[in-house]
Amino acid sequence: MPLTLFDKVWNEHVVVTREDGEDLLWIDRHFVHEGSHHAFAKLKAREAKAARPDLTFGVADHYVPVRTRRREDFADDIRTMLGRLENNCAEQNIELFGLDDPRQGIVHVVGPEQGLTLPGLTLVCGDSHTSTHGAFGAIAFGIGASEAAHVLMTQTLWQMKPKQMRVTVDGALPEGVSAKDVALNIIAKVGADGARGHALEYAGSAIRALSMEGRLTLCNLSIESGARCGMVAPDETTFEWIRSRPLAPVGAVLEQAIEHWRTLQSDPDAAFDSEVSLDASSLVPTVTWGTSPEDALPVTASLPDPAKTSDQAKAQHQREALDYMGLRPGQRIEDIAVDRVFIGSCTNSRIEDLRAAAKVLVGRKAVVPGLVSPGSSLIKARAEQEGLDRIFVDAGLEWVEAGCSMCVGMNGDLVGPSERCASTTNRNFRGRQGPGARTHLMSPAMAAAAAVTGRLTDLRKLETGAAA
Amino acid sequence: MTPFTAITSAAVRLPLSNVDTDQLLPARFMSQPRSEGYGDFLLHDLSRDDDGDLRPDFALNAPEAKGAQVLVARRNFGGGSSREGAVYALVDHGFRCVIAPSFGDIFSNNAANNGLLTAQAAEDDVEFLLTTEGDVSVDLRDCTIHAAGRRIAFDINPVKREKLLNGWEDVDLTLSRKAKIDAFSDRDRHRRPWLVPTQR
Repeated sequence: MPLTLFDKVWNEHVVVTREDGEDLLWIDRHFVHEGSHHAFAKLKAREAKAARPDLTFGVADHYVPVRTRRREDFADDIRTMLGRLENNCAEQNIELFGLDDPRQGIVHVVGPEQGLTLPGLTLVCGDSHTSTHGAFGAIAFGIGASEAAHVLMTQTLWQMKPKQMRVTVDGALPEGVSAKDVALNIIAKVGADGARGHALEYAGSAIRALSMEGRLTLCNLSIESGARCGMVAPDETTFEWIRSRPLAPVGAVLEQAIEHWRTLQSDPDAAFDSEVSLDASSLVPTVTWGTSPEDALPVTASLPDPAKTSDQAKAQHQREALDYMGLRPGQRIEDIAVDRVFIGSCTNSRIEDLRAAAKVLVGRKAVVPGLVSPGSSLIKARAEQEGLDRIFVDAGLEWVEAGCSMCVGMNGDLVGPSERCASTTNRNFRGRQGPGARTHLMSPAMAAAAAVTGRLTDLRKLETGAAA
Repeated sequence: MTPFTAITSAAVRLPLSNVDTDQLLPARFMSQPRSEGYGDFLLHDLSRDDDGDLRPDFALNAPEAKGAQVLVARRNFGGGSSREGAVYALVDHGFRCVIAPSFGDIFSNNAANNGLLTAQAAEDDVEFLLTTEGDVSVDLRDCTIHAAGRRIAFDINPVKREKLLNGWEDVDLTLSRKAKIDAFSDRDRHRRPWLVPTQR
C-alpha cells in the first residue's frame, strides 16, 4: 500500500497498538521550558524520574527578559520561573540551554539550530508551535502538561493517528511574498479550525524552493489552521542544513541517516483525506486585520463589512473583531496606522527574517517605536557580524536579546491597551500581546515597511519608491 | 480523576466563536502553581471591563451562571496554545462539560486528561442551545444532550469517552507496558544509531 511521509514516520514509532485504535508512540525528542512547571510538578507528586533525560532538553525562552541579562534586574516572578526550570532540569538530569548559555534562544529556533531536530523524528514540547520542527520531515506537535508528564515518565505518548491533508503550493513566489504570506493565505483558505484532526504535508514546487528558514515559518503556523503538525519532506536543502550543526550526527552515521531520510517521501500514489492547493504566483503580501489568524487579507484589500456577510456567526465574529481592533467595515487596510512594530518570535526571528527586515530598513527611519528580538543568542551574534543590528538601531528600532518576548508578553514586553502592533508573530488573539493589545500579523519585511511609514504598507510600493 | 457519566446543571451560554486559550487563560496567569486554583482566571479579560470590574452583561457573570457545570459556545473553542491551564481554569471554576461545534485538538486532549468533557454538537444544535434557558443535561453513556425539551446527539472520540467514563489516567496504563517500551527502545538503538545526540 502506498504510504505518505507522515505514515512512514508514524509507523516507525509505534510501540504497541491498543484495541481501541490508539498507538503508543515512541518519542525521540522532548523539549521543556519555563512553562513546563506543571509537568514537573506531576512527576514530583509521583516521586518519578525522567525516563530518558538524554532525549530531553530544556530551553529558557518564554519568560526571559530581552533588555537585560542581569538577574538582579529581573522581576521576582520571572526569576522564580527561570529558577524553577533550572532546578527541575538539574533534578531530572536534563541538559538546559539556560539564560547564561551562548546557545540560548527560542526552543523552536534552538532545536533546528543545534541539530537536535532531524528528519523522521517524533518531537514534542509543551508549546503548540512545536509544529515548527516538521520543516525537517519530523512529526512534531505541541502537548499539554499531563501529556508532557507522561512523556517525561515513559518517553512515549498515546495518540490516535490523525487524518492527513496535503497542501500543495506550486509556482514561483512573487517579489515581496514570503513563507509567512503563504502560511497566512493557507490559514485564510482552510480556516482557523479547518485542519483540525489532521496532519499537514506541504508539497509543491514553491515549498521545494523554500529555504529551511521559510519551511520553519510555514510549519510553525500549521497549528493556526488547527492542525497539530505540518511536515515538509526532507531533501538536499534539509541535509545541507544538518551537516554543519553541532549536535547532529556526523561521518558514517550521518551518511547512514541520510540514506534512510531519503526514503521519507510520500509515495506517488499515496492517498490523503483532503487536498488543498494554492497558486504561489497569485499571492500578494498579506496581513491579518482581526482577532483570529484566519482573518487574513491581501494588504491591498479593504476590511469586510458584517452587514454584507450572510453567515450570522461569521458576521458576528467580524463585528466583534472590528470593534476590538478599533477598525471600520470597508476601511482600506493600507490606511490603518500602527503604533509600534515587533520583529521576532518562533515564527520569524531567524537570520533570513532579520535580513529581510533589514533590507527594507537600510537607509530609512522608523516613525514608530519597535523591538527586534533575534530567535537565539547565536543568531544575534551572526546578525551583529553582518551589521544588521546597526541597520535596526540606525532606523530607530530597539535591538535586544533572544526570547519569546512581545509575541506573548510573559516576560513583561507588552503592547499597551488599544495600541496597534505590526507583528511578525503567530497569533492575533485578543489580549495575546497584552490586555487590549491589537495585533496585525505579517512578514518581517512587511513589519519593517510598516515601521517606516507608520501604517500597514504594501512593501512592493515602498520598494519601487525612493529610499529616504 | 473523577469519572464522568451524566450531569444536569445550569449552563453558561457564550455566543462566541474562536474562544481561544489566550481568552480562557491569559498568559500572565500561567506561572501560578495549580494548587492555588485557576477558577478566578477563567475568561479573565473578556469578563471584565476596562477598569477591571466584572461586566454584568457577560454570561459567565450572570446570577444564573452560579454553579453551572456546562458551557455552550460556537466553533473552534479552545483553539490556540497548548496551555493546560486553560482547562484548569474551566475545571477549577466548576465546569465539567463544554458543548461546541468544534474544539482545538490539543485543548480537547488536555480536557480528557482532566475529566472535562468536550461534546461536539452540530452547528444548528449549538445555535439552538444558545437560544434556550435553564438546565442542560449531558449523558456520556449514550452521548446525548437534553435541553428545552429537545434531544441532541453529540460526538466525542471513543477513546476519550472511555477514559472519561472510567476516570483513567494514561500513565498507569502505559507503565504496565514497560517491557514492550524497553524492547522497542533496544531495537531502535540499532535501527537508528543517529538518534541520541552526542556532544562534540
